[in-house]
Amino acid sequence: MNLEVFIGKLKLENPIMTASGTFGYGGEYAEFIDLNRLGAVVVKGLSLKPKEGNPTPRIVETPSGMLNSIGLQNIGIERFIKEKMPFLRQFSTKVIVNFFGDTIEEYAEAAERLNCVDGVHGLEMNISCPNKQAGWSIFGTDPRVTHDVVTAVREKTDLPLIVKLSPNVTDIAMMAKVAEDAGADAVSVINTLTGMAIDIQTRKPKLANVRGGLSGPAIKPVAVRMVYEVKQAVKIPIIGLGGIINADDALEFIIAGATAVAVGTANFINPAATMEILDGMIEYMKINKIEDIGSLTGTVDAT
Amino acid sequence: MLEVNRGTDPLLKRAFSLFRKTADGLQVMYRIKGRGTSLLSKMKRGDTLDVLGPLGVPYPVPSEDQLPVVVAGGIGIASVFPFLLALQGKAVLFYGARSGDEIFMLDEIKKMCREVFISTDDGSMGTKGTIVDVLDNYLDSSRADSNRYVVYACGPHPMLKAVAAAAASKGITAYISMEEHMACGLGACLGCVVKTTDGYKRVCKEGPVFRSEEIAW
Repeated sequence: MNLEVFIGKLKLENPIMTASGTFGYGGEYAEFIDLNRLGAVVVKGLSLKPKEGNPTPRIVETPSGMLNSIGLQNIGIERFIKEKMPFLRQFSTKVIVNFFGDTIEEYAEAAERLNCVDGVHGLEMNISCPNKQAGWSIFGTDPRVTHDVVTAVREKTDLPLIVKLSPNVTDIAMMAKVAEDAGADAVSVINTLTGMAIDIQTRKPKLANVRGGLSGPAIKPVAVRMVYEVKQAVKIPIIGLGGIINADDALEFIIAGATAVAVGTANFINPAATMEILDGMIEYMKINKIEDIGSLTGTVDAT
Repeated sequence: MLEVNRGTDPLLKRAFSLFRKTADGLQVMYRIKGRGTSLLSKMKRGDTLDVLGPLGVPYPVPSEDQLPVVVAGGIGIASVFPFLLALQGKAVLFYGARSGDEIFMLDEIKKMCREVFISTDDGSMGTKGTIVDVLDNYLDSSRADSNRYVVYACGPHPMLKAVAAAAASKGITAYISMEEHMACGLGACLGCVVKTTDGYKRVCKEGPVFRSEEIAW
């Protein structure tokens, strides 16, 4: 049985990854699971300088989901390299660093800094954050800006480059194509959907930041549809994510067109979720006599 | 962290303090407040739920020469209950609630403490008013021992803030158990942070118990 998949030139031992922001810097889960059994660890999003994040409440539960507005709190790239990378280097699992910036220049500088760090196997760009130079509009919702920021990062790194797409767009397939044309090696589909919840007694938003990103099983059908659409538009591999909590969900994304999958909110509910998903996937392959997980990608029969 | 039902709605586990160890397991004490605790209350004997813990840091044990003063507001009693037990009769407890029928386990608690002061908002039991006023009077009237006091508190945020202020004004060390919306309990989601003098800290990992002067009230 072959579980190996390729994200650009990066070989993963299996297609199970963690979604950025739901797995800390890896160490938080090491007492629950064997990190070596993960295809890749995608760490909490990093910026050049540390970021304090948003006031509380930062999270609110919604039907089969949750809204979060953590505000990209992180320790900054330098502290990450110094304090977290030595731990991650002990494992054979691939380490993918998620990062973002306030400007295109910051993205490029961050990519350049991460490019030569021992033990970093790939980069994932979060483009669902605000652009300081364009009135804080979102990088990932304007195709021209998406093109420019991915191009700028591509020039600074030869590591496998994943662009994590925002679902808060009209045509995600077109955005995926923009990322591919600008040099992305893969796309992650999808980031959280922007949402809001209101307390009807106080009439105040339930999140201090008013809006937040919706994740969890509630968004899964949207995410599956988007993976399916992106698959028709690009040749580069897709990392499918959005509400995966069990092996059936993961397989659904793969059949829709994903080469690998990332597990996010499920880690909060069950710290061993990734392992159970991997085991369930192997079981499915045995029962259905699938030799190579790659042969399942994009096999949805939508005729 | 305790699951409140099977399935994905509600999605997240709930954070509870461990109330009591029994011969065949652990007990949590909770107030039915929202959907999660309501579902939990409908569980039947023999139903199973996932549980993750213990998590975070506990109340620090006082030294031999310190006098522990424990403050509980409402359901906050659940958090300090095992601590009172561990203090083996050394603690003075200040326990406040909205009314007398929300003062729980009083007979048992009295046996566990050196002294117990009760207050209720409606005056139906103990002193009418807030428990922090009662605490304040106590700390003022027994000044001789004030350098030996160490305060521990769990309850609603306004009470905790008032306890912190009262302790600070008398130069008494206070440990406060904080609460925030929590998703994972593992330090990963960064949802349950509180603002401290050293930036945001996680209630589930660096807390829930903090030194009161650490908190940016």
